[in-house]
Amino acid sequence: MANIELNEIAHSYLSKPEDEADYALKRIHTVWEDGGAYALLGPSGCGKTTLLNVISGLLTPSQGRVLYNGKDVTALSPEKRNIAQVFQFPVLYDTMTVSDNLAFPLRNRGVPKNDITRRVDEVAEILDLTSFLKKKAAGLTADAKQKVSLGRGLVRSDVAAILFDEPLTVIDPHLKWRLRRSLKQIHEQLKLTLIYVTHDQMEALTFAEKVVVMYDGDIVQIGTPQELFEYPEHRFVGYFIGSPGMNFLECAVDGDMARVDAMGIKADGIKLDSPTAALARQATGKLELGIRPMYLQLSAEPVKHGVEAQIKLVEDQGSCKIVSLSLAGKTVRARLPEGKPVPGGKVWLVFPQQKIRLFDDGRLINKTY
Amino acid sequence: MDKWEDNKAWFLVLPVFVIVAFSAIIPLMTVVNYSLQDIWGPGQRVFVGAEWFKETLSDHRLHDALWRQFLFSGMVLLIEIPLGIMIALAMPKRGWGVSASLVTLALPLLIPWNVIGTIWIIFTRPDIGLFGAAINGLNITFDHTSSPLDAWITLMFMEVWHWTPLVALLAYSGLRAIPEAYFQAAKIDGASAWATFRYIQLPKMRGVLTIAILLRFMDSFLIYAEPFVLTGGGPGNSTTFLSIYLVKIAVGQFDLGPAAAFSLIYFVIILLFSWLFYQALQNVGKGEKNG
Repeated sequence: MANIELNEIAHSYLSKPEDEADYALKRIHTVWEDGGAYALLGPSGCGKTTLLNVISGLLTPSQGRVLYNGKDVTALSPEKRNIAQVFQFPVLYDTMTVSDNLAFPLRNRGVPKNDITRRVDEVAEILDLTSFLKKKAAGLTADAKQKVSLGRGLVRSDVAAILFDEPLTVIDPHLKWRLRRSLKQIHEQLKLTLIYVTHDQMEALTFAEKVVVMYDGDIVQIGTPQELFEYPEHRFVGYFIGSPGMNFLECAVDGDMARVDAMGIKADGIKLDSPTAALARQATGKLELGIRPMYLQLSAEPVKHGVEAQIKLVEDQGSCKIVSLSLAGKTVRARLPEGKPVPGGKVWLVFPQQKIRLFDDGRLINKTY
Repeated sequence: MDKWEDNKAWFLVLPVFVIVAFSAIIPLMTVVNYSLQDIWGPGQRVFVGAEWFKETLSDHRLHDALWRQFLFSGMVLLIEIPLGIMIALAMPKRGWGVSASLVTLALPLLIPWNVIGTIWIIFTRPDIGLFGAAINGLNITFDHTSSPLDAWITLMFMEVWHWTPLVALLAYSGLRAIPEAYFQAAKIDGASAWATFRYIQLPKMRGVLTIAILLRFMDSFLIYAEPFVLTGGGPGNSTTFLSIYLVKIAVGQFDLGPAAAFSLIYFVIILLFSWLFYQALQNVGKGEKNG
């Protein structure tokens, strides 16, 4: 059990990094609290796995320090840090039985035999592996194998944290759900610090209490799933979380109105509430208006504060309809509940004021929570 | 009865059957022919039944050659497999050292077999050979042409030098195929270097090691050119292996009957042992198939 502090971490795989682009991790400075369930979310190549390996000690960062409970462990091996890691595909000792696999980390540490047997039985119980204990590990199904790799982390009662590197990638969808649920139960039962790397937002949002979104070697936001959805601090979070992602429209503010048509063609503006408009007028960089597709309202008749748009495409996803619209030459997506009739051709779009987010050079400016 | 018409598809196998017949079955049957008859000229032959086999099986020189052969193949496997694995483990994993060590290792494999024998004759000659002269210079008498032990030592050195690279290359390819995560997991589990070898590297090399053991067994059991060039089977009969003895009977004495019978027995022995090795190695890894 430990609280993990990352102090000004930067890492480059090159021996002599020259500029920013040579760094896989740019500047990570954050604290992971003891007993938390964190998901590390981001697209492929954003540095998630690198960060995980820095935390576990498989990688020594080029700069910065890693602290466990305030103690500097930057130079220590994963074994010394007492960390457990579950990899993308199950890593097993094929020639051993399940119980030998589970006992292996304890045997290597010279734990007395009785304690080993007790711990192995306990962990097998938690993971529902008791009936497999005498079997060769190689013959198991993929999800059972992944449970065994997890179990090798759990047997060490003093383990500081368990790190998961996209552990469900090779698991069948219906088993994924089951395994994710047992992970959650284990977390509630044992109160271990869990850090879970994934590029699947569904997985991250359901697993974690706190989601850490990474983009291009940087942490862009740490928040609860709801915070990420409602108040994405960076346009990348808005775009990455949610399906489809947030709509972004470049705009200029004129009084309380956000005008989307940069070309100066006459179009109705989008009405903002006055505090937001005031913040927007102070913006210095590229101003963008963002809104979640599910908050857009469509009307077949002209309505107050409605903006004229043209329907281009309707995709039926079963539980909802995704409508692509053209608004002043830009594409906007709206998510409508199933069963609601979709008007054809010209419609009026309403942007609910409290759901509008404004971004100045990609950073959220109207944080209201 | 409709189904019978489809059996014409069997004709599609015919070309393969013809090729195999000409390349393997008919030549082998010729040997069978010779082993069951006494043939001393075209059209002049007598059926002798199992007589050649009986004669061969009671030939003491053949027994000696057979035990010698087992000793040789056994030593080859005992030295080359562990040594090959050790070399593979010590080889660099990245950088220019990889190609350098691969090329260096592959060199002995590229040399024609009888040239290998010649190289080692010269290398170990007590008067002018680099190795032979050097070791005699240390006041150790070493002469593979007069001492059976020295002949065996030279032969083993040559064989190990020649073929260990093959085992090492196979083992290296097996090692490189192990995903990095296994080593990371072993590190996290606190496994020692020996435990990592025993529980990760060795099991993961099982496939390539099966091939290495089979190849090295078959090749060493059939060895002919190198000892023939190096020692000619001597001194005395001390390095007369099965194939050398076989050639002596067949070509030297022109006893084609016993030679044919002997060939068939030889063939069966190799087949049997290859099968035994294969089965044993498959059993070791039972339950790992769907891994």
